[in-house]
Amino acid sequence: MAVASAIGAQGMVAARPVTTETYYEDVVRAFIVAAMFWGIAAFAVGVLIAFQLAFPALNMGLEWTTFGRLRPLHTSAAIFAFGGSALIGSSLYVVQRTCRAPLFGGRYLGWFVFLGYQLFIVMAATGYLLGITQGKEYAEPEWYVDLWLTIVWVAYLIAFAGTLFKRREPHIYVANWFYLAFIITIAMLHIVNNVTIPVSFTGTKSYIAWAGVQDAMIQWWYGHNAVGFFLTAGFLGMMYYFIPKAAERPVYSYRLSIVHFWALIFLYIWAGPHHLHYTALPDWTQTLGMVMSVVLWMPSWGGMINGIMTLSGAWDKLRTDPGLRFSVTAVGFYGMSTFEGPVMSVKAVNGLSHYTDWTIGHVHSGALGWVAFICFGMMYYIVPVLWRKKGLYSKALVEWHFWTATLGIVLYITAMWVSGIMQGLMWRAYDEYGFLQYSFVETVAAMHPYYVIRGTGGLLFLTGALFMAYNLFRTIRSAESIEPQAAVASVAAE
Amino acid sequence: MEQLLPLLKQLWLVWFMLLFVGICVWAFRPGARSRFEQQSRIPLDDAPGPLPRQPRR
Amino acid sequence: MKFSHAIIEKNVLLLAVLSLITVSIGGLVQIVPLFTIETTIERVEGMRPYTPLELAGRNIYIREGCYNCHSQQIRTFKDEVERYGHYSLAAESMYDHPFQWGSKRTGPDLARVGGKYSNDWHVAHLNHPQALVPESIMPAYAFLNRPLSFDDMADHLKALRIAGVPYTDEMVAEAVRDVRLQAGALPDEDTEALLARYPKAHVGDFDGKPAEVTEMDALVAYLQMLGTLVDFTRISPDDLKQ
Repeated sequence: MAVASAIGAQGMVAARPVTTETYYEDVVRAFIVAAMFWGIAAFAVGVLIAFQLAFPALNMGLEWTTFGRLRPLHTSAAIFAFGGSALIGSSLYVVQRTCRAPLFGGRYLGWFVFLGYQLFIVMAATGYLLGITQGKEYAEPEWYVDLWLTIVWVAYLIAFAGTLFKRREPHIYVANWFYLAFIITIAMLHIVNNVTIPVSFTGTKSYIAWAGVQDAMIQWWYGHNAVGFFLTAGFLGMMYYFIPKAAERPVYSYRLSIVHFWALIFLYIWAGPHHLHYTALPDWTQTLGMVMSVVLWMPSWGGMINGIMTLSGAWDKLRTDPGLRFSVTAVGFYGMSTFEGPVMSVKAVNGLSHYTDWTIGHVHSGALGWVAFICFGMMYYIVPVLWRKKGLYSKALVEWHFWTATLGIVLYITAMWVSGIMQGLMWRAYDEYGFLQYSFVETVAAMHPYYVIRGTGGLLFLTGALFMAYNLFRTIRSAESIEPQAAVASVAAE
Repeated sequence: MEQLLPLLKQLWLVWFMLLFVGICVWAFRPGARSRFEQQSRIPLDDAPGPLPRQPRR
Repeated sequence: MKFSHAIIEKNVLLLAVLSLITVSIGGLVQIVPLFTIETTIERVEGMRPYTPLELAGRNIYIREGCYNCHSQQIRTFKDEVERYGHYSLAAESMYDHPFQWGSKRTGPDLARVGGKYSNDWHVAHLNHPQALVPESIMPAYAFLNRPLSFDDMADHLKALRIAGVPYTDEMVAEAVRDVRLQAGALPDEDTEALLARYPKAHVGDFDGKPAEVTEMDALVAYLQMLGTLVDFTRISPDDLKQ
């Protein structure tokens, strides 16, 4: 608030001070802190459930701490709490900066979105522990939580699109296209996948309107596009703003980004059936899903090239700016998992990989390597800007974070490749007499060492995040604020 | 129309190819180059100073 | 280019509407035909709605997140058919709200686990999996030995009826009593009407505690019926064409 009045006094001497406007950033700061908190929570629960699979005694014999109840807590905390807070927070920052306009709806709408979204997370998470779930992956929250999220999401859309309407920049920057597509598509998916009939309006249980094969198709249309629009389109918006900003040069090809946008949002939505290969879903749907998933490889790599090539001519920044290194490595992991994905969607490969840990490894190369790293890069950039600091508390700690996290990811995904392919092969192995060679439990026992390695990788990733939290905390608490004079410039301009 | 409909359905790949080529042509047409280059600088262009009171241009 | 708010406001809307259309096409093409093409769900005999006890068991299966580790979908591979049984049909999950096909086999597929093990085995296994399968990494579910709450079973059947499951008025009216009857808590009463309503239902005490209907009873009743409704000896390949 002191900053705002400083602008009133200095920045706008000629104009009427009463109507002096500034970017509304309190709510962005709140979302960034929330993202850090939920990130650590999500990684910690992930480490616990990883070790539960290696050492089942860690389930503790309590109903609230079994793998079955904690796994949705982990996925939702990672995707919706950590990823969602980072996405909403960064989108509200980017849309104001690139529109040169304050947040539509101001502090009231902003805080409603923040508090409403956090309430959604808390309601969903407590429900999981108590066994309140719809039993649909990544859409576990029950009907009352779904309704609440719908209200919050509409408020978010109003704040975001309203800022676009009120912009003073004629063009809508491409990052906002991706954020907007993310908001709209998630709304569509969320509503269709969660059509339920509550047993009673005073109870928590409901039954989904769709049944069997149709429910399966709708669920994976939702599930895969939660990946496509929540975990991809939204974070591509982040990429298209924060990488050019940190590299201090425009995106490699703006025209490529336009083709990237339309091709990506058109193609992604078709890919869902590759989660249902060789099941009771009709063949024509499976084949269609496979073809579109393979074609999807092209726009994905178009985007990757665009992100990485933004640094051409400025590669030295990778050495001097460790935050940017996170962002660029994230795009590298994006390229890797968007290559692996189409390969795994080919029916012959999927026949081996489906139901195994290979899928888990694939998801985590995307979730840890792409989503978390692009968030980390964004947060290392945005925290000093939002709190008006000259820079981060420690660049060395960022280095430590980078290498522990990278090593963690490498351990995680290699362990899952080995265990996944091994288990897939063991399931289909025949002995010399033409009998199945392994009982199921033998294939479970064979996974043990890889589950330990995976858990260790997760522990390293969590440790890195703790370095980050400490580093950001010290940055925010440091006395080295930018001079008030300069703060005015940075508020109004950066 | 009865006979035409299945044919049109079978040609969906052609329709989407045309649409895609159209988007590419629109994005990569030479006349738009400078405009797009300008737009790509939006994140970098928030120069120090107060928020613009009037829309630019 | 002359600036005009109107054009730009239109552009935000235009961008939003075009995006919505673009992302709708794929879903429409893939999802709508599944409702309209009749052969999507094979015409096989034997499918019926879940009994109230099985339904309560299924809800426990969902509550405990069993789908996180167990699939219920046997794919069309030789090894899977040998390990688990006939590949799964779309018809076999036609009354599943939601479907529980799963996406991961940390444990084995359960689509046809019904009848493969005794009730006693299931109860002992759920109480302490490692006692029966030392290498198992499944959590213990001994806490399921507590009374099942089933007073509102009729409301559950009514909600499912709205979703399209053919529960009759009689089934709804008898729902609470059917739970007791199937779990063996009413040993002196005739189960003929129950079996007429729900053919092939397993009747009897599941967990060795006949006086009480427990969550264990419900879950085991559900597991014991999985994949048992369709009689595959009476089906020709033509019936299975989608």
